[in-house]
This record gives sequence, structure tokens and C-alpha cells, in this order.
Amino acid sequence: MINTTDTNTRPSSGILTMMGLNRRQRTIITTAVIGILLLSIILGGLLLSNERITTNLEARNQAPSFSHPFGTDWLGRDMLTRTIKGLTLSIFVGLIAAAISTIIALVLGIAAATMGNRVDTIVTWLVDLFMSIPHLVALILIAVALGGGMRGVVIGVALTHWPSLTRVVRGEVLQLRSTEYVQISRRMGKSRWWIAAQHIVPHLIPQMLVGLVLLFSHAILHEASITFLGFGLSPHQPAIGIILSESMRYLSVGMWWLAFFPGLSLLIIVRLFDILGDNLRKLMDPYNAHS
Amino acid sequence: MQTKDLISFMIKKSIRIATLLVALCLISFLLIYMSPIDPVQAYIGADMMRVGQEQRARIAEHWGLDRPPLQQFMKWAASVVKGDFGTSMIYRRPVLEVIGKRFASSLVLMGAAWLLSGLLGFILGVLAAMKEGTWVDRLVKWYCLTLASTPTFWVGLLLLIVFAVWLGWFPIGLGVPAGVLAEALTVGQYIKHLILPAITLSIIGVANVALHTRQKLLDVLSSDYVLFARARGEKGIVLFWRHGLRNIAIPAITLQFTSFSELFGGAVLAEQVFSYPGLGQTTVQAGLRGDVPLLLGIVIFSALFVFTGNLIADLIYVLVDPRIRQGGAL
Amino acid sequence: MTDKKDSTAENSPAYTSNEMLLEVENLSVAFRQYNKGLQQMDLKVISSLNAAVKKGEILAIVGSSGSGKSLLAHAILGILPKNATVTGSIKYMGNELTTKDQERLRGQEIVLVPQSVNFLDPLMKVGKQVRTSVRNENPVEAQRRVFERYQLKQSVEGMYPFQLSGGMSRRILVSTAMVSGAKLVIADEPTPGLDPKIVDEALLHFKGLAESGCGVILITHDIETALKVADNIAVFYAGTTVEVAPVADFSGTGQDLRHPYSRALWRALPQNEFIPIEGVQPLPQNLPCGCFFQPRCERATASCAEKQPEAREIRDGMVRCIYAS
Repeated sequence: MINTTDTNTRPSSGILTMMGLNRRQRTIITTAVIGILLLSIILGGLLLSNERITTNLEARNQAPSFSHPFGTDWLGRDMLTRTIKGLTLSIFVGLIAAAISTIIALVLGIAAATMGNRVDTIVTWLVDLFMSIPHLVALILIAVALGGGMRGVVIGVALTHWPSLTRVVRGEVLQLRSTEYVQISRRMGKSRWWIAAQHIVPHLIPQMLVGLVLLFSHAILHEASITFLGFGLSPHQPAIGIILSESMRYLSVGMWWLAFFPGLSLLIIVRLFDILGDNLRKLMDPYNAHS
Repeated sequence: MQTKDLISFMIKKSIRIATLLVALCLISFLLIYMSPIDPVQAYIGADMMRVGQEQRARIAEHWGLDRPPLQQFMKWAASVVKGDFGTSMIYRRPVLEVIGKRFASSLVLMGAAWLLSGLLGFILGVLAAMKEGTWVDRLVKWYCLTLASTPTFWVGLLLLIVFAVWLGWFPIGLGVPAGVLAEALTVGQYIKHLILPAITLSIIGVANVALHTRQKLLDVLSSDYVLFARARGEKGIVLFWRHGLRNIAIPAITLQFTSFSELFGGAVLAEQVFSYPGLGQTTVQAGLRGDVPLLLGIVIFSALFVFTGNLIADLIYVLVDPRIRQGGAL
Repeated sequence: MTDKKDSTAENSPAYTSNEMLLEVENLSVAFRQYNKGLQQMDLKVISSLNAAVKKGEILAIVGSSGSGKSLLAHAILGILPKNATVTGSIKYMGNELTTKDQERLRGQEIVLVPQSVNFLDPLMKVGKQVRTSVRNENPVEAQRRVFERYQLKQSVEGMYPFQLSGGMSRRILVSTAMVSGAKLVIADEPTPGLDPKIVDEALLHFKGLAESGCGVILITHDIETALKVADNIAVFYAGTTVEVAPVADFSGTGQDLRHPYSRALWRALPQNEFIPIEGVQPLPQNLPCGCFFQPRCERATASCAEKQPEAREIRDGMVRCIYAS
């Protein structure tokens, strides 16, 4: 199904093609399937009881089996349940952080493009400032300053992911501003706010939605990284970063499943979000869907 | 471009980075100042229980931690200007000395990964573009897109499982206390410790260069000048050598230089997984143990590192691309 | 859009001689495309196209943009994109031109003079680019000789394409053809947007090439340019040849021309009656039935819409019009 991300005009050889569906239909179906998959993981994470992740010393250190597909850890906790709960947490952290980031980008981008040269200079400078240090170092700095934990991670990820999207928004608004109907509105004496609400924001909403989903995957990856390093979520929380960082102590005795499955699941989730974002972009703007 | 222009270009860039660095110092300092970190505790470390209230106050006084924030900032700023960036609380050495030593070993790791990923990414990108639409192209694209979604540290863990635990080719227990490792190693052992983290970093780094090179080469191959080259009987390797390579090499190399930011971030994660005693691991230590001067020093240093990469990328365009180099000649 | 592959024999042009260099008969080029529903469809952009050129002769191919002129050049050289299919026949020196021949001959016996400086590698010095076209002699000597002939200073060889002036780049592009020792030169739109002096100079170069025994195909949208140097003029319309006529026929009120479109083109020139032609050339996606020109033709009748007219020879020329005489 990854075929649908193919930006070529060449037909892909996927099952959906064989069913005689066109690109648009295939894209919609793939998007829906991914959406349902992600939703069911979230639901699973919320609904799964904590029973399977309480300490159960009889079932500890088990390799993957039918009853424990992802194996169990040194406390006998089921890794599949831990992974799903961790993913749910990651998705939530990613969602909040990406949403805040998107709002920052929206506000700063519009401000830069509409409020005159001075504001533009300041916003551009801020973007440069945030891009001047490695992403991860900025994350560590903010997380440390906020004392780590859930709050530190969410704010840290939110505060470091807006710059690139801000640039996109700024460019987009500048382009919209030069269009004829906005020029006419201005000459007719409409206020800035009226123009922004009537003409600019409606055009930006689809872009923002796509931006949000694509930021999402970055946010999740960075949340996992920072948690892995020990600056993020606390060890009691079932986060993928925590699971993987704990697993390091048990790799040398051969408990590979502790690292393999949770990481793979994270990879798949991130990839799914990426495909979702790409598909949304194609559906909204099929002609400029080249990344 | 004339020397005069080049100099003014450099001056402009330097002013820009200078303002950014000043702001960065100020903001970082404020962030840390407002944080719940207790620098005294960071200094004392594990001896926490044996240190009384009075002693703590004396330590705070010694480090100037009892002064108002502005004075503290000025003191730190003075040490930055002086060039030693203050004293690291966990290493008890000047920050710049700690950074310099750690960075040297990170540089080996990052350099190896940078070269490897650059070369490999370039080759993969070229292969994909030359075989556009075939399974080779699909495979390269799939690999790159998947890699872009992969957590760096997880790749490290997988390599650790396969090559250290299962195959036993490399040492697993790299978790020797920080600081001991670097001095006690022979060159052979050092290289053994270098290989897995370098490969981890390269595997991730390949994606960006490969995708970019692929797109760039596709653009070149559909250009008018390649059409004309084909009309003159050029094809295959000769065509690629004469026109493809020439036109995609500069963008690929500059892209590699602008990737210093991700390289540094990747190194932090890879060094943590493999307990590689570089600047990345030190960053994590400084953050976790609240070593404020060291953390601030690393923030500033990493900004300079990223800036250097961007500057080299700009300079390559200015110095190598004839369209810019000789732009004013006619 | 009937493919007249089978009718080649009966209407091979009468102006064939043993000096014939290139003969294109009933050439069709189609592109495989995928429409919105991803259904595969073949878009025919050239259909039943004819052209022929002898040694020492200049054939001008005239048509407005979108008439398939450049694609003809690419088809002869075999550098069409992969999704293109070619039917019909291209004969070079009396023999059918195979893909293998094309690979061997292009850049050597058959060369292209492209339209603009964009066809030169932006990062390669022009001297070197001219040298890569040299086949049988010392590249540096050949390049210097041709530069001298075109009054290009030796310092020009160290320049990059972006540094060239319009006239200079024109001479460089012609140089690439000159040094290769070609027998057939295809110049694709060689005089776009150049001032008249440079146009005349460029045309002189092609005249010179023809006098040295080359066959020259001059592809242009500008009939006036064509009239200055060509021996024969082929008029293209919507991907097909409507007429091939000796240059002398373009005179007076166009009474000697065979096809209404050529006549209309001629009369549309400022120095003649300056009457523009009504309507626009149809796109390859929606060609009219029968004669492609029939919806715009003042002499069209019901039978014109029935089928595409066969190519016929009339008075040393070729025409696709059932009423031509």
C-alpha cells in the first residue's frame, strides 16, 4: 500500500490498482485504513487493562510466544500491552505538541507576512535562532529548564517544531496577499482582520492540517528520543523511550524482543503518520503534491 | 565573485551569527536560571548526604550563586568572552577544555559517519535516478522514506543486538564509566568502539542525501542540455560523468554540510546507546546532572558547529559554482 | 487519424533522387499517458508527417508551435522520451533508419543545432562542449578552427554558457554542428528572439553548411526566416504535413501554393495582405474529423470532414488537400 505515496504518474502494482480503482479512490481508501488503524491503537491503549502490565514474576523474561506476542520483561509484564500503551502516550504527546507548534507557526507566519517589515524581521530572526542549534540540543535545553517530565517534553517538542512550518505559512500568506481578490478587498477598504478571516485563514486551514500531521511524526520521534535520553517522561510512565532505554540493560543477556518490537511499532506508527500526511496533501492539492 | 564581495559576504555572515549567539547566550541562561535545577547539588553530586546546610551556602557563595541573576550572567558572559566558558561542575575543569577533548572524539565519529553517509547516499541517489521507475528506484525510495521514520537510537540497539550480542564481533559492555575509556584504549580497540556508532549514524544520514540527489539528477536528466548531449550521441556512463556528476555534485556536497545539525543530534543518541565518550554523551550528562556551565557551553558550541557547516556550504557555492564565482566578470 | 503506413509505396514523392539524404514518410509519434482515472491512453501528437531533404539543400519546416516540429527532430535523432512510440518510415541515404543507426549516427552524421543556450551544460566551459562533438580529428584544433571561422575569440572557449551574449551563443551552438563533420544538420528554431542582424548571420551559417554539401533542416515558426534561405518549405499543421513546396511558389498572392493553410500563412505576412487566419490550431487531444484544417478552411465542403486527405504530388510538391491542383 506504500505504492500510493509514489508521486510518479506510473501506475502502481498494488492490490487496490488491480481492483480497478483510480488514484484518488486508492488514496482515500489508504488514508481511511491508516486512520482506523491509528485510532484503534489509541483506543487499545486506553481500553487495555493494566492487569497485563502488573508485575508477574512467574511469567518473566519470556521470549515472544502465542500468549505474549512481544514477549515479557524481567518483571513479567506483557510487552505488547506496554508497547500499545506507550504508543498511545506517544501519540497524545505528539498530538498536543504538534498542535501547539502548528498554532505558533500559524500566528508567527501570518504576523510576519502581514504586520510589516519590522515584525517580519523579528520572526525571521527567531526562526534562524531556533534553527541555529541542533534540534536535539534545543530540546534538551528546554526540557532541562522545565525540569523534565510530561510538561517538559510537551513544551520542549512544541517549542522546537514550529520554525519550518512558520516559513511555509509566511510564504503562503505573502503569496495570497498578492492575489487579485485580496488586493481588491483592500482597495474596498476592508480591515486587515476581515481580510485575514475571509480570505487568508480559509486557504491556510488545509495546509495547516497537513502540516500538523507531518509535524506529528517528527514530534513523536523526538519525544521518544528525549525520553530515551532520560530528559522526558518519567520511568513510571509506559513510554516507548522508557521501554527502549530500560531494554539496554537486558540486551546483553539476549532479550532482544524488549527492544525490537517496541521500536518497530514506533517506526510503523511514524511511517503511517507520514503516509497519512502525504495522502492528505495529495487529496487537497493533487497538482503540487511533490514533496 | 571578487575578493571584496567575498569579504563583505563573510562580514555579513559573521555579524548575523554574532547577534544570534548573543541572543542564544541570553535566552539559554535565562532558561536555566528559571529552571528547578540546583547547581549546588550538581556540584556536590553523590556526597549529598554528608554536606550540611552551612557548607552548601559556602559553595553557593564560592560559585557566586547567591548573587542577583544579572551579575551571575555578567560573570558567565565574561568567562565566555575570556574563552574558557566557566568551570564544569561535574568534571571540575574549564568547560572549553572538556568540550574540546570530547569534541575531538565525537569529531572522529561524526566525520566517519558523515563521509560514509554522504558517499553511500550519493551513490544510492544516483542509482535510483538512473534507474528511475525500476525496482532499484523503488527500493531506494522505500529505504529512505522508512529510514526517515526510524528512531536513531533504535537502529543502534538493533546493531548492538545483531553484531555485539549475537555475532560477538564488537564489545557489548561499552558502559565503562565515562572518562576512563578514552585514555585506556589502544587504536585497535578505539576503532572497534567506533564502528557500530558510526554505522548507526550513517544508516540514518543516508536518506536525506539520497532522496535529494535522486531528485536533482532526475531534474538534470530531463534538462535541455542533457537532451542535447544525447542528440550528440552521449549516453550512459559518459553522459552521467560529463553532465550529471558535474551538475549534482555541488548541491549534494553543500547539503551534506548543512546537515551538521542532524548529525550532532544523531551523535548524541548514538553515543548514548554505545557509551561512546564524545560530546554527545557529555551533553546528556551535563543535562541530567545539572552542570549549568557545561550545558550552556555545549549549546553555544553546537550553534557554532552548525554555523560552520552552513558557512562552508555557502562558501562552496560562492567559490566553486562558476555562475556565482564569475557572475560579475562580464 | 488513420495510419497510412500501407500507402507509402504509392505516394512516394516524385522529387526523390539519388542525392536524397533523408526521407520521412507517414511518420506518427504517440505518447503513452495516464489520464485522471489512470487509464492508459495513447496521445498522437504527430500523424502522417512527410518531409525530405537532399544533399546541399535546405528544407525549412514551418508551423506554429504545437505543430510537432521539434518532435520530428527528436524522432529523427531517436531521442524522444521513453513513453513515445514512433510509426512510419525514416530513411537515411536510402536505408531505413533503425534505432541502432540512430545511436551510431547522431552527433556524427546527423546533428542537432538546438534553439537556445539552455541546451549547453551550465557548468561546463563552452570550448570543452564544442570539443566533445569532434569525432575524427584533434578536438582542440577543430574547435579553435571553427571558432576562428565564426570570429569567436580564443578567450571565449574558457567561458561558461551564462557569460555568452545572444549572438555568441548562437555561433557556439552552430559550432557544435560544424566540428562534427555532419552530413545532415537539423536546426531547431535557431533564430528565436534574435535581432535581425544576428538572424541573417545565423542563416548565412546554414547556407554555408548547405553549400559545403550538407543537408539542412531548418525548423522554424517564422515563415520569413524560412523564405530567406530555404530551397523547399514544408508546412506543418496539427502534427501533419499539409504541403511541401519549392520556395519559389511563395510569391504573389500565393496562387502557386497548393494548400489553403499555406496560402493563408503567406497572405498573413505583413508585407502581403496581412490577413490573420481565423480560429486556432486544434490540440492533439481533440483533432477534428477528416482534414485537420477543415474547420478553419474557407473552401471546406462536407467531403473534407470525411477522411484525412492522402498526400498527393502536384507540380514538384506535395499536398494534403482534396481540392488542390
